[in-house]
Amino acid sequence: MKKLIYLDNAATTQVSKEVVDEMLPYFTEEYGNASSVYEFGSKNKGAIEKAREVIGKALGSKANEIYFTAGGSESDNWAIKATADAYKEKGNHIITSKIEHHAVLHTCEYLEEQGFEVTYLDVDENGIIKLEELKKAIRPTTILISIMFANNEIGTIEPMKEIGELANQNNILFHTDAVQAFGQVPINVDEYHIDMLSASAHKLNGPKGIGFLYIRTGVKIRSYVHGGAQERKRRAGTENVPGIVGMSKAVEIAVSTIEERAKKETELRDYLINRVLKEVPYTRLNGHRTKRLPNNVNFSFQFVEGESLLIMLDMEGICGSSGSACTSGSLDPSHVLLAIGLPHEIAHGSLRLSLSEQTSKEDIDFVIETIKKIVEKLRNMSPLYEDYIKNNN
Amino acid sequence: MYSEKVMDHFQNPRNAGELENANGVGTVGNAKCGDIMRIYFDIDDDQIIKDVRFKTFGCGAAVATSSMATELVKGKTIYEALEVTNKAVMEALDGLPPVKVHCSLLAEEAIHAALWDYAEKKGIVIEGLEKPKNDIHEEEEEEEY
Repeated sequence: MKKLIYLDNAATTQVSKEVVDEMLPYFTEEYGNASSVYEFGSKNKGAIEKAREVIGKALGSKANEIYFTAGGSESDNWAIKATADAYKEKGNHIITSKIEHHAVLHTCEYLEEQGFEVTYLDVDENGIIKLEELKKAIRPTTILISIMFANNEIGTIEPMKEIGELANQNNILFHTDAVQAFGQVPINVDEYHIDMLSASAHKLNGPKGIGFLYIRTGVKIRSYVHGGAQERKRRAGTENVPGIVGMSKAVEIAVSTIEERAKKETELRDYLINRVLKEVPYTRLNGHRTKRLPNNVNFSFQFVEGESLLIMLDMEGICGSSGSACTSGSLDPSHVLLAIGLPHEIAHGSLRLSLSEQTSKEDIDFVIETIKKIVEKLRNMSPLYEDYIKNNN
Repeated sequence: MYSEKVMDHFQNPRNAGELENANGVGTVGNAKCGDIMRIYFDIDDDQIIKDVRFKTFGCGAAVATSSMATELVKGKTIYEALEVTNKAVMEALDGLPPVKVHCSLLAEEAIHAALWDYAEKKGIVIEGLEKPKNDIHEEEEEEEY
């Protein structure tokens, strides 16, 4: 079989062996319900609380500020909808950005239908929100600022500290979707004045279907799932113990290896970026050159359409993703690429490659050579390229 | 997601490229939507499509439908080519996913646009051929984005 080169780690990651080993006993041996009275079940509470400690420590927060959820989307929904509900007496205005994940954007759109007002901040050509615009957008009725820590498509890291300080000075809650950043870059909730933070285990070699929402003590937030008394009555439902334990292990490993991974991935990332920009003409890098996640690369190849590119890469065993309309099922390409000012036709030709610790230089060399061949083949077939060459010769 | 035939035509497109001596060229689609097809015809004095080429900017289905469309019209008269519908293109490819049906429509329209261009150049009227509406320049004027 052809070698698989998996460069879609921003979509999901491989669960690490250590994580699986940690989880397995909780399926068949320690399967008791943590809420039960008998020792066999209730001892699982210990495993859950230990996980809370580990994650709290990773964020510089208290353990009891961590609430387990089913993942990033649920955490985003909870943070935004429940804040809106709990603070609606204070105001009805929310500030977010145009490049948020759909879990944030569609939740905000839903709240607009319920009578809330939402400001969607513009970003600059690198995908960084404009702090001046944020300042201007703040109203006496603003109850929440929700800005992602790092963008999932273009990897740009937002100025968290400045945003947090602005929110704090104006007595506005600050939520961040850190699904892509958590485990990739160090995060301290106090340093950045973060009041709520969403994260997901499967982006950091943990299992799917488990995540958490950090909620700072003192933040009024309504229960999101009503039912039993789990998660301090704020999120009902029998705890996903294997998931929680697995996430805890994944976080532990991610935090302890964060520096060496970042160093290794950043080197490979920059090697990939530099060679492709040099060796493939009419190509641009999307996202900030340095303020970006260590494992994220996002190119636009002019005159080429993204889905075609992905299928051809797939035939060579390379997994990537694209912001092209054809991959999203709509007519419009990625909202993030449009927000950084790319024309539609260039946004259609985007390719995101997200590296992992396992990615080798040999993999990257093969990927670069393959990209060169495929882009040339597709351009030779592209009427846009033909027109461009004719008009410029 | 795609049938074997679609994958085959995407990987090994038939008649891809440009035709220097084309006497009918049609371009349809819109780069904003991520699909542009251009078809080149070399039509002889007996109104037979002697040669055909295509160039496409678009997804796998767009490339495959262009490729199949060129196969279906090659060697045919212009009136036979006019009968090649998007349905025929889709059937020849063993079907397309529902979200990709518009690619086959684009292929049909590209054939019509190339025939229209030929008819205009020759100063003839091809009965049953309407001016293709999905012309790239008309589309641009709409500006609905």
